[in-house]
Amino acid sequence: MANLKLTDVEKTYGGTVTVLSDINLEIETGELIVFVGPSGCGKSTLLRMVAGLEKITGGTLEIDGVRVNDVPPSERGIAMVFQSYALYPHMTVYDNMAFALKIAGASRAEIDEKVRAAAEKLQLTNFLDRLPKALSGGQRQRVAIGRSIVRDPKVYLFDEPLSNLDAALRVATRIEIAQLKEQMPDSTMIYVTHDQVEAMTLASRIVVLAGGGIAQVGSPLELYERPNSTFVAQFIGSPAMNLLAGRIVGTGKVTTLELPEGGGTITSHYPSKPEDKGAEVKVGIRPEDMVEAGDDRFAYRGEVEITEALGEVTLLYFRKSAPGHDPVIGKLPGIHKGLRGQEVKLTAAPEKVHVFRDGVSLLHRDAGVFVPGVQPH
Amino acid sequence: MHPAFQGLITIALGVGGCVAYFYFANQALDRVLFPARGPNAGRNINRANMIRPWVFLFPALFVLCLYLAYPVVETLRLSLTDRDAGDAFVGLANYQQMASEPKFWEAIRNNILWLIVVPAASTALGLLAAQLTDRIAWGNIAKSLIFMPMAISFVGAAVIWRLIYDVRPDEADQIGLLNAIVTALGGDAQAWLTIPFWNNFFLMIVLIWIQTGFAMVILSAALRGIPEETIEAAIVDGAGPLRIFFSIKVPQIYPTIIVVWTTITLLVLKIFDIVFAMTNGQWETQVLANYMYDKLFRANDWGVGSAAAMVIMVLVTPILIWNVRQVRREMR
Repeated sequence: MANLKLTDVEKTYGGTVTVLSDINLEIETGELIVFVGPSGCGKSTLLRMVAGLEKITGGTLEIDGVRVNDVPPSERGIAMVFQSYALYPHMTVYDNMAFALKIAGASRAEIDEKVRAAAEKLQLTNFLDRLPKALSGGQRQRVAIGRSIVRDPKVYLFDEPLSNLDAALRVATRIEIAQLKEQMPDSTMIYVTHDQVEAMTLASRIVVLAGGGIAQVGSPLELYERPNSTFVAQFIGSPAMNLLAGRIVGTGKVTTLELPEGGGTITSHYPSKPEDKGAEVKVGIRPEDMVEAGDDRFAYRGEVEITEALGEVTLLYFRKSAPGHDPVIGKLPGIHKGLRGQEVKLTAAPEKVHVFRDGVSLLHRDAGVFVPGVQPH
Repeated sequence: MHPAFQGLITIALGVGGCVAYFYFANQALDRVLFPARGPNAGRNINRANMIRPWVFLFPALFVLCLYLAYPVVETLRLSLTDRDAGDAFVGLANYQQMASEPKFWEAIRNNILWLIVVPAASTALGLLAAQLTDRIAWGNIAKSLIFMPMAISFVGAAVIWRLIYDVRPDEADQIGLLNAIVTALGGDAQAWLTIPFWNNFFLMIVLIWIQTGFAMVILSAALRGIPEETIEAAIVDGAGPLRIFFSIKVPQIYPTIIVVWTTITLLVLKIFDIVFAMTNGQWETQVLANYMYDKLFRANDWGVGSAAAMVIMVLVTPILIWNVRQVRREMR
């Protein structure tokens, strides 16, 4: 039940190593914000700075309009769920959830009421007397969430809460977290993950962190449909977006491009300026947006080196144009047999074609986009 | 021959003999007893592998029986017989005689005092030192200093501390550190080791001084094994440093604390050297082990001496069993 404001937040170690800089972000009450980014991008560090477990070495952090840089974690009105659950191994589930309330000096009746309400919400009522070691991974994670809920914090912080769970449990717990969020529409949540499925499904807005800064902030579909840089374009979506070398040959409300790599031409719905004519750009097409094309209107033509038939879709990996290049990947719906070793021609609808000049999307080129100097994968 | 050469030859023979035993026993098992060839090769290999551990363990088991199990039985026999009467069986007479001696009850009382004070003080101080030295830059130097007494023999430590408690006539300069401080502050020099009851505690300080380092090293390792995230979770939950220490850290290393505690308890039950070297049980500082030594080797009373030894063993055994169980549980 609070909004957060980060202004020029910075993290340096020993005054020399800068991990994060120029972090500017406003989070509204009731949002579920997901920090994603490649490993080492500082997303967990940023979360721990919000929690107060790491010192903020520059800039300000405000919760509900109050500067909290130097406020201890327990007085910031936050609660945190850790990756390894961080349950107190010597306390029962009940005592784990009651610990913070006991410290806060709540009465026995109040503690009991809150713990039982949280246990009810998380289906833990039958496990209150157990020690954490007698619980499954999913139950432990629910206890960790319960420990947050009883404190009724302004902001919930989740640090990769699902990464210690197996795949099936991860999906189930992810849905539980989504339902939990729906039950508590006023609570603000910040969720760190490296799993983009979690990011896409849970977030009201995603913050893509990379190279020590924020690459892009936006709703999941905004990032998917209008990535501001080649980094975000390739980071969101799996398999990653294909980036093909291209040259602008027609400008205006739509842009026409020649693709030397694939030998074809394509139209993008991105508008361009007259002076862009002849510019060398990158043309981004997601594998799932590729469709088979006729002889005259193809964008890309190549030899299929490997196919992966998954039933619902077939993945085509084209022969690399040069060693070290990423292979172009096509994802065609349904089953396609006998394409291996064949030459295949592909294209995409204009509204699915992205154009990047110097790594920045033509749609965002006046917005001062931060281009991380790292690879998305 | 020079004694040093004799020593070297003994070492060479001893080590060589051990190596030779394992080598030839292994060879005999594989080549002669159960050769891995012929029609029963597979069965022979299995049998050899079943016997091999026992062959290798035999020297250790044999020596343990000879020097540990046999003496227990023999001491029990001695405690029930009278040597001067031609090893006649006298039942519990030796125990009765021992129970009638005030020195024995003094030793029992003092041992109980030692048991209460020393393990608790060593473990508590060790835990405190482990926690305080954990995160500071010169913590390792402090740890080395605290650990150093562990390297000193009990007798050596007793000599050092006897000098600290030393007392000189009033006219002379006090060379004892404690009396030097007391007189410098305007007090009168005391003969510390002769003040009944309290002198027990002056002796205990020596053992605490030695054992704190041991407790600190073990507990420091245990403290580092605590998952950092549980401590961070406690910080977020609003716990202060003291509460984190007592409610989060100590319970998580509780099994280790028990192991340290019981290990020092075992040592205290057997305490001998410090008392022997500092007061020899005078001025009401007698302890069981020194009492046993007095009876066995000074008074040549084998019956009562052995009875005292049995009492010590009976006291040590349950704590030993508990200790071993805790260590095993922790290794799991």
